[in-house]
Amino acid sequence: MPTKVIMPKLGESVVEGTVTAWMKKENEVIEEFESLLEVTTDKVTTEVPSPAAGTILKIVAPEGETVEAGTVLAWIGEPGDEIPEGEQPPAQDHEPHETPDAESITDEPVMVRPAGRDRDLGYISPVVARLARDKNVDLDKVRGTGMDSRITKKDVLAYLKDHKGEAEIPIWETPADGDLFRPTELVFGKQKPETQPSPASSAIPGETLPLSPMRKRIAEHMVLSKHTSPHVTTVMEADLSRVMAHRAAGKAEAEARGIHLTYTAYFLAAVTAGLKAVPLANSSWTDTGIRLHRQINLGMAVAMPDGGLIVPVIRGAEELSLIGLARQVNELAERARTGKLSPDEVQGGTFTLTNHGTKGSLFATPVINQPQSGILGTGMIQKRVVVIDDAIAIRPMVYLSYTFDHRILDGASADSFLAAVVDALQNWPPA
Amino acid sequence: MAEITLVEAIRQAMDEELAHDPNAFIIGEDVGVRGGVFRSTVGLFDKYGEDRVIDSPLAELTIVGVGIGAALYGKRPICEIQFADFIFPAFNQIVSEAAKMTYRSNGEWTVPMVVRAPYGGGIGGGLYHSQSVEAFFAHVPGLKVVIPSNPYDAKGLLKAAVRDPNPVIFLEPKKGYRLIKGEVPEDEEIIVPIGPAKVSREGTDLSVFAYGMMHHYALEAAEMVAKEGLDVEVVDLRTLYPVDRETILQSIRKTSKALIVHEDNLTGGYGAEIAATIAEWGFMDLDAPVRRLAGPDVPGVPFSHPMQDWFMVNPDKIAEAIRELAAF
Amino acid sequence: MTLSKEQKKEMFWMMLLSRRLDERAWVLHRQGKIAFHISGIGQEAAQVGAVYALKQGKDWLVPYYRDLAMMLVMGMTPAEFAMSLMGKAAEPTSGARQMPSHFGLKRSRVVSHSAPVATQSPHASGIGLGIKLDGKDEVVLTSIGEGSTSQGEWYEAVNFAAVHNLPVIFLVENNEYAISVPQDKQMAVSSAADKACGLGLPGVQVDGTKVFEVYEAVLEAVERARKGEGATVIEAKMYRLTPHSSDDDDRSYRSREEVEEHKKQDPILLAKEQLIAEGLLTEGEYEQLEEKAKAEVDEAVRIATEAPYPKGEDAAFPVYATQEVQHG
Repeated sequence: MPTKVIMPKLGESVVEGTVTAWMKKENEVIEEFESLLEVTTDKVTTEVPSPAAGTILKIVAPEGETVEAGTVLAWIGEPGDEIPEGEQPPAQDHEPHETPDAESITDEPVMVRPAGRDRDLGYISPVVARLARDKNVDLDKVRGTGMDSRITKKDVLAYLKDHKGEAEIPIWETPADGDLFRPTELVFGKQKPETQPSPASSAIPGETLPLSPMRKRIAEHMVLSKHTSPHVTTVMEADLSRVMAHRAAGKAEAEARGIHLTYTAYFLAAVTAGLKAVPLANSSWTDTGIRLHRQINLGMAVAMPDGGLIVPVIRGAEELSLIGLARQVNELAERARTGKLSPDEVQGGTFTLTNHGTKGSLFATPVINQPQSGILGTGMIQKRVVVIDDAIAIRPMVYLSYTFDHRILDGASADSFLAAVVDALQNWPPA
Repeated sequence: MAEITLVEAIRQAMDEELAHDPNAFIIGEDVGVRGGVFRSTVGLFDKYGEDRVIDSPLAELTIVGVGIGAALYGKRPICEIQFADFIFPAFNQIVSEAAKMTYRSNGEWTVPMVVRAPYGGGIGGGLYHSQSVEAFFAHVPGLKVVIPSNPYDAKGLLKAAVRDPNPVIFLEPKKGYRLIKGEVPEDEEIIVPIGPAKVSREGTDLSVFAYGMMHHYALEAAEMVAKEGLDVEVVDLRTLYPVDRETILQSIRKTSKALIVHEDNLTGGYGAEIAATIAEWGFMDLDAPVRRLAGPDVPGVPFSHPMQDWFMVNPDKIAEAIRELAAF
Repeated sequence: MTLSKEQKKEMFWMMLLSRRLDERAWVLHRQGKIAFHISGIGQEAAQVGAVYALKQGKDWLVPYYRDLAMMLVMGMTPAEFAMSLMGKAAEPTSGARQMPSHFGLKRSRVVSHSAPVATQSPHASGIGLGIKLDGKDEVVLTSIGEGSTSQGEWYEAVNFAAVHNLPVIFLVENNEYAISVPQDKQMAVSSAADKACGLGLPGVQVDGTKVFEVYEAVLEAVERARKGEGATVIEAKMYRLTPHSSDDDDRSYRSREEVEEHKKQDPILLAKEQLIAEGLLTEGEYEQLEEKAKAEVDEAVRIATEAPYPKGEDAAFPVYATQEVQHG
């Protein structure tokens, strides 16, 4: 029976960890307690000792994969052992939120409103309603002596005392008022409405897609970000003709050096220039003050082949030349797509760049990558008609959508930053 | 039968318990030679010696922390905090340690300890000699909170507290120390069980729930309004935690109107718990909203006479609240 | 009293067993099998040396959360400790109500303690008071980290013990760090023992990595206390070889070089070398002890793994003690 290796819960508040390195490969032999792999959380990096001696039958979670605590990472056993299929991660530690059973209120007071009455009873307290129901008292007949002439408990008790005999009159001898077919509400009082079927269980046909851990994490991150920062987006456009010319001129030489020169590198360089000009845009909100980061660590959003998103970080962009940035872009994107990023490479960003224009989007309202203070989205680069010196010209234009945290920046500072980015692009190369 | 004051009843209780149980002892500031700043331990130092009536350092944490240790050892400490206003340095020991010891050791270790303190205002004590602190403790499972209103109960409840295997916070309405007198039998042992509340005056029109000095005032107010034809039931809660829900709900079944009175600040005060209890379990018997009459939400009882009077609940204010509630 | 050869070897065995059990707890945590562990690695010599100076079944221990080695000497079994790590019902300190390492063992006169640090120190003084009032010659050993001696609770406890000449030994296990805060940010004196004279007690410094030296120092204090000569503060200096707990990443506040350097003073290593030099232990015998330790730890983990959990509803009690529990 093979033994499973699970992701440990390394810390009270930690729910997941990343496999950073396997010390053994499949089919290698391991001793009990020998270090099997290294994992990283946001709190600790540590080696995990093997829970058993044997052969590594299967490695389930490759290096770079982030999984929840309790997830199976690998199987250890004897060669030829059968590995159980479809291991579900264990149930979460926390108890599911239990909603208490709604207790059926059997003696909920029902307003007794006999037919044909012509008097507003005023406020009926719980005990008066209960007494009236229990003792079959027609409250219309009770004189109210309480505040605003309401019927008090005493009034009901006094009435009962005075009409002692009446309580014994059989119901069929109580006279009716002669009206035929009265509305049911008047006869039976207000009924509880039938519970509507909840929309979730409605009759609209469809299917439910199960939520992958990645999808859940993205959802959580997006909701959290929106809850944390007041998001405001400002949009400007930039004329990329000089950037395009520069790129056309320098592409071949870059390729010769093994570097693929992309527009992303230019955008990153322009963003860096913008952040240098407006340091407030390279910051994070804290309870004790706005933290201005001295380093410019740029995250660039990379779409993964399986549909997720990862944001590797280029550290110290303020020190890098265009070529340096281009090289980083190439390497990180490659490693991102093949799942080889180390935890360091996805942490510590101070600003993020995201390209949303690949399928034609012009401008957007990207969501801030917490705890940063802003994110810049680039739309589709499009040849458009613009007016220059009162003449019509055709230029390659791009909309730059800058979402900022309105706790930290306001319109003026945000636009200063964005204008600096536009300026850097439109006046490429920098002096 | 003798008529004695509230503080004398307390002194007698401690005297009798020290005589009855060689493990019982008193520790606090000035309790020994001085006999206590309110004279609640007068004569005990001479009678039982410095090992049973210990003058502690000026350190409430020490008084209670050492008390806990002694209780773990097998002693029965009666820890005096000179004014309830000064109980806060001992809060950690009371709540983190004494209250939780039995639970956290699965019943192996217990703390049979009494922490007693004079509380309440109306004696010109200003912010730091007038506070009510029962709300902080009547919220902590593992503790018992007891507040007597008269000499008979004070003596009987304090003796019961010393004999209880659990930590008991025993709060004494200091305004009533000499003001409240009552008959206490001399030749019989009086133990009043911790837990049950007491209907001290039966009535039909509405129920007043009170404790400490306010219970005393509630009785006065009941007499005042009786002359106006109002028949008021008064319930002395006595044990605030765990509270006697049955007696409270029984009274509500009878009168259908509730007035809760305490001198502590209104918001988050102990009365809120009683109000919630009545609203939750006595809803079907209510003929009026549950009313609380309490101290205003200001940080303390001010010193100057007119300001103190503005703060303090008194029989007139209670009578007025009774009239309003009765008229609803 | 000089230690016999058997006693010395026994003390070494206890240190080794504690170490291997402690290490296994770390492994269990990194394997995802337990939720939390707080370690005593590096402190075994001070703990075993100190507790060996007590008389089992007579003297009292009021420890803190790193004192695993002390607890094993006092009679807690490795299986009981493993059960507390896993939260199993039969764990003796709290029936799984407390996190692991919140030690207490009624049967061995080890008092239950909590998480707010230093709350146990006044309890030790209180027990000392009880001993003195009863005229017994028991003593109390209480331990604490050097960081926790910053708490008012510790000073008040030491003060009270000094004022009343109580038989309490205040052992400070100075492992140089309170989580990430080093000693020089915790106190202005170079040793916690220096604080003692300010309160009127002798303060003794001892090398906490040398088990037999600690034994001698504590024994001397114990014998003084038994004769009625009062309390002592003893600081045993050592080094915390692991992070504060399984949740801590100590790379953020100390270098690996510093830790490596201190590993050369590992008390297990030093004790082993000393015993070999004294001809009391051979390498072969040592290997056997290691095997024995592993077997005992394996067995403890097996027992604990198979032991049942408590029922959820058992958490509802015991809130109150219901009857007199025999103490002493």
